Amino acid sequence: MATITLEGLSKVYGKGVKAVREIDLDIADGEFVVLVGPSGCGKSTTLRMIAGLEEISGGTLKIGGRVVNMQDPKQRNIAMVFQNYAIYPHMTVRQNIGFGLYTSKLDKAQKNQRIDAAAETLGLTPYLERRPAALSGGQRQRVAIGRAMVRDPVAFLFDEPLSNLDAQLRAQMRIEIKRLHQRLGTTIVYVTHDQVEAMTLADRIVVMRDGDILQVGSPTELYENPVDIFTARFIGSPAMNLLPATRTAGGVTIDGTSVQVALPAGGGDKLLIGVRPHEFVVDPSRAGQPGAFAVEGVVDAVEPLGPETLVHIKVGATEAIATAPGRVVPAVGQTVTAMAQPGSLHLFDAKTEKALPRP
Amino acid sequence: MTTVADPQAAEHRLNRAAIRPGRIITWTLLFIGGVIMVTPLLYMLSTSLKSAGQIYDLQLIPANPTLNNYIAVLSDGRFMRWFFNSTFIAVCSTLSAVFFDSMVGYTLAKFQFRGRFLVFIAILSTLMIPTEMLVIPWYLMSAQLGWINTYWGIMFPGMITAFGVFLMKQFFESVPDDFLEAARIDGLNEFQIWWKVAMPLVTPAISALAIFTFLGNWTAFFWPLIVTNSRELYTLPVGLSSFAVEQSIQWEMIMTGAALATIPTLIVFLVLQRYIVRGVMLAGLKG
Repeated sequence: MATITLEGLSKVYGKGVKAVREIDLDIADGEFVVLVGPSGCGKSTTLRMIAGLEEISGGTLKIGGRVVNMQDPKQRNIAMVFQNYAIYPHMTVRQNIGFGLYTSKLDKAQKNQRIDAAAETLGLTPYLERRPAALSGGQRQRVAIGRAMVRDPVAFLFDEPLSNLDAQLRAQMRIEIKRLHQRLGTTIVYVTHDQVEAMTLADRIVVMRDGDILQVGSPTELYENPVDIFTARFIGSPAMNLLPATRTAGGVTIDGTSVQVALPAGGGDKLLIGVRPHEFVVDPSRAGQPGAFAVEGVVDAVEPLGPETLVHIKVGATEAIATAPGRVVPAVGQTVTAMAQPGSLHLFDAKTEKALPRP
Repeated sequence: MTTVADPQAAEHRLNRAAIRPGRIITWTLLFIGGVIMVTPLLYMLSTSLKSAGQIYDLQLIPANPTLNNYIAVLSDGRFMRWFFNSTFIAVCSTLSAVFFDSMVGYTLAKFQFRGRFLVFIAILSTLMIPTEMLVIPWYLMSAQLGWINTYWGIMFPGMITAFGVFLMKQFFESVPDDFLEAARIDGLNEFQIWWKVAMPLVTPAISALAIFTFLGNWTAFFWPLIVTNSRELYTLPVGLSSFAVEQSIQWEMIMTGAALATIPTLIVFLVLQRYIVRGVMLAGLKG
């Protein structure tokens, strides 16, 4: 196990295309860190620089306190699991798992012991003599993890390992990876563009965009206190609603209607009021609740999910998603009032897109 | 759940499919093509089973078939020598071409370096030069290096081929980089990655290249004829042609030798073609 430290790490391709811009990050020993962001944000490039598959253009990378900028992947003693598994079709499961020990100086018996132990942990013992073609997607991914495990690395790197799996299998593998981390306690750096994976797996999430780190924090911190609009919308599903508003003396106006909100000082006059769909409730029984943030809108579409219904409403030109509790399903075209508690609101400066203190 | 179809309707569909005009034309063309390809081989076999007096009797089935020609050819020391020469040269050239063509193809497909495209174009451009034009430079080179009338002299032009490099490069490009990077992280050096990971993933291409190279070298006539002057170093095609020149054209012996010469090529094809099929299956199941 080891700490991983990125100090001003950058990657420049060709004639000055910056894929990663002088990022700093400290990953603690045994921590599960998830790099998340949209395609092209630099998360995979960062992971590949940690792995040693990508040359580092600037800055320092330390693993276990040692600077490893110039070291080959093997010397870093890390293991990586790839998006498309990268298990060899011409080898059996046993050979694939054992391939991680190809250059190891262990004797054959010790190698077999490690392979059997990894297979046992991952539930692959019955499939050891099979070829990858005879395995399901989840089993193939487990083989890839097994190949990483046998090396006993100081850190695991996962590059979107669940992207090729269907939704059900992805949820199952997510839990398995989490359990594996709890059991092994090895440092894990995990890259994904799926915020659900990030929220469920991470000790800390690193949100990236355009080669920069926007925010680092626990899933709860990121959910509760996003520093800007990008993080606010990226974390949480469905994404946070952002209602354009103009600051007035008593609160704000949204689409020409005055709404009472206690605003903090500072920031411009143009605001974006953020409210998460699960805290933005369409419930006639709670109408007229004093002090609540209430907005009227026309129902555009409904998505009944069983315990609740997602209600797509149009507030002026802005689309928002609210939640109707229980079996309340508003009719499309109906005008409804969606309400939120003032404490659940997020405020952003429309110009800088940065978060303002919450009301 | 299976659906039980109306048997009459199924039979009707079957009949319609059977008499479709397109299908008739296809089968007819394939049959004609097959006949054109197989007839010379059948005549070769037929002639090899005839005695000297019967060879101008063009009946496909010999009146009095005999194995005497085979006994004569196989007991002739020269034939076995030429057979060995051809086998040795074809096997060595094939192994060499597979090794070097794969290595160069892999390098061009998977490594980024300055001038990579130029190198590839330069290699490809050699495909446009006919062999006949290359024979003189090859001969001058062989003469200067002392390779005339040696195995090395016969083999060297086919030990690395532009076609093979092109074929292997195209196949290696389809190998996902993740496979190679996973091996790199596992600590393999670049040669080990090429040999242990990349090569097994392009088995169909290797098989195809091996078949082409073996056949090309096995049937090569012009260059071995030029570069050899000792009967001891003749390859089978050159040796068989000498039957025609030296001994007033012994067709039955030439045909017998040619029939025997097809056996190794058949073996090579039968052994390697299953790897082509298996490789295609592997590729289809991947991911």
